[in-house]
Amino acid sequence: MTTPEPTIHVRIGSRFEDIELVDLVAAAALTHLGFEEEVADKVCLAIREAVANAVQHGNRLEPDKITQVVLAIGKEDLEIEIKDEGGGFDPESVPNPLAAENLLKPTGRGIFLMRRFVDAIDFEFDDSGATVVKLRKRIPEPPKPSNSESEVEI
Amino acid sequence: MKTSVRNREGITIIDLQGKITIGEGDVMLRDAVHEAVAAGSSNIVLNMKKTSKMDSSGMGELIAAHEKVKASGGMLRLLNLPENILNVLGVTQLITVFDVFDDEDEAIASFK
Repeated sequence: MTTPEPTIHVRIGSRFEDIELVDLVAAAALTHLGFEEEVADKVCLAIREAVANAVQHGNRLEPDKITQVVLAIGKEDLEIEIKDEGGGFDPESVPNPLAAENLLKPTGRGIFLMRRFVDAIDFEFDDSGATVVKLRKRIPEPPKPSNSESEVEI
Repeated sequence: MKTSVRNREGITIIDLQGKITIGEGDVMLRDAVHEAVAAGSSNIVLNMKKTSKMDSSGMGELIAAHEKVKASGGMLRLLNLPENILNVLGVTQLITVFDVFDDEDEAIASFK
């Protein structure tokens, strides 16, 4: 019998303040997994952007719609799934925020930040049209135990 | 997020403390800048020394603040950017849009 991978499930309503709860849980998980603070901040920002998109654009801030977040801790990778109840969208239709004509636009950077701060990102759309964003980040290897005993001069 | 406003040599300095993120901090930043401009401030410094986090909505509000101040005939400066915020502004190339300072005296002097 194999041991199941640990997973953390968070269900939030479609309110901006609920995003903070996901942020808190994700930050704690990343710290626990040994991510350096700078990297953890970036991954948390990627997760925050995905959840904000789900709440605002997917669920359109409708109070009865749920955003589900699952953090699955694998042997090598942390996988994060963010699922909304919206009508889906085309991620390729989002213009490049670095293009000169878009640089001063106030929106359109969320997906760019997600792509930048995780190792892999995938968008899936289920039969109901809901969007599932999948983010993956390599878990840092634990520091090797020091072999100081053999190095000690007697 | 908390904001507080002070004045130095005719320049409005808005001290920002906390997160500039969707739904709260972004709105407070917008309100603080709009109120300052409505009160007649044309040159504004955003002191971000105690800003802990910023997401894409916060970045959008920074751009909107920049455009709002510019439209009123003034200039906006950013002061004391924490490393994590400097990083995201660099990644998104927004750092090229703003004048950024590490020293308040220099930020104030830059308007003269």
